[in-house]
Amino acid sequence: MSVQGPQQVLELAKVSRTFGEGSTAVAALRDVDLTIEAGEFVAVMGPSGSGKSSLLALAGGLDHPTSGGVFVESTPLAGLGLNDLARLRRRAVGYVFQDFNLVPTLTAAENVALPLELDGTAWKKARRQALDALRQVGIPELADRFMDQMSGGQQQRVAIARAVVGQRRLILADEPTGALDSTTGQGVMEVLRARADAGAAVMLVTHEARHAAWADRVVFLRDGRIVDQAAAMHDPAMLLAQAGF
Amino acid sequence: MSIRHSLLALLQDQPRYGYQLRVEFENRTGATWPLNIGQVYTTLDRLERDALVTKEGDDGDGHVVYSITEAGKAEVTNWFAAPVERNNPPRNELAIKLALAVTLPGVDVQAIIQAQRAASMRALQDYTKARRDTTANQRAGDTAWLLVLDSLIFQTEAEVRWLDLCEARMVQQAQSAGPGQARKTSNGVTEDAAPLNADSRR
Repeated sequence: MSVQGPQQVLELAKVSRTFGEGSTAVAALRDVDLTIEAGEFVAVMGPSGSGKSSLLALAGGLDHPTSGGVFVESTPLAGLGLNDLARLRRRAVGYVFQDFNLVPTLTAAENVALPLELDGTAWKKARRQALDALRQVGIPELADRFMDQMSGGQQQRVAIARAVVGQRRLILADEPTGALDSTTGQGVMEVLRARADAGAAVMLVTHEARHAAWADRVVFLRDGRIVDQAAAMHDPAMLLAQAGF
Repeated sequence: MSIRHSLLALLQDQPRYGYQLRVEFENRTGATWPLNIGQVYTTLDRLERDALVTKEGDDGDGHVVYSITEAGKAEVTNWFAAPVERNNPPRNELAIKLALAVTLPGVDVQAIIQAQRAASMRALQDYTKARRDTTANQRAGDTAWLLVLDSLIFQTEAEVRWLDLCEARMVQQAQSAGPGQARKTSNGVTEDAAPLNADSRR
């Protein structure tokens, strides 16, 4: 692997994904090119069925493209065997799903530590990192609670802690605020933003403009294609002029 | 925005001269609305004409100091008590543009919607970043600025949501147009809304 200028954490090159065959085939993604650098927070927006979730699944190696290539830190996912792919997912990639996918018989800290322990990290060290991640999402005091003792918002924070624990360099979030009230939803964005500012590449799929606005770049998908992008200008004069001041 | 009422409200606080009013106004609104000093003096002249302020004379450095009258105080009280009037009907260039676009042949409405959505999204990103930065280094005077930013964020978000709705209705309309060409799009918008066309706007 060579060292490049800005460090590309995720690259999707001419990625297409088709479900079904022949006359019933549905193209979920068509020729999508997208890269995300370290420290960059990218939001993907688009109407239902535009291919947002398919894109996220491909980016994380949960699904394979029909054509084109997916690279995580320059490693082509297509070239990895099942074990290597699983290891990469555990070590480099963190997921946050809309339904939290937490293990009900484990505590918050145990849920967060799970991917580290599966990867061979000693229990004590895994717990220490889990507590650190729970602190980042603002609920260190809930470390030893079980899932049925927590609210939806608290469970989602556990899910995010699990996604960011350790040295994950790519964080993928699929509508992570779906079940949350707006204040808690904002808390989720703060955590994702902080991870990007700390150097992770973050990809957020959302239909909420208010949440996408936390990103450095917003990608618009329609019918499986990227149709447009918006990057923040960070220009106060322009900002105020646009507001009509 | 009423400059007239804003200046009156600042004079109710204490007598001030023109330049002080401008600085004070900008401090309290997070400098979101730069006032030009000419505007301030013209407004003061009118307020004096209407007996809402009086000249107190010179402060010794050549500044003409104004103070509020009883009638001026009553005006401020009424201003705060009354809800802000909505322009009737609201003049919204975007709504007018889209309303015309959907009724004219040969106009790519989806492209107009997307161009606006990207522009609105960019503004929303900037407001959100400004809010984040302001919250991170909050000083005492920032409360007013944060309120203004929140207002801009809510307005812009509403605009983006409205554009999404317009687009969904366009897609639905295209799908229901012409039963012979009921083609399946991969974009399964299933919103239960009336199509946006000339007949349904009123």
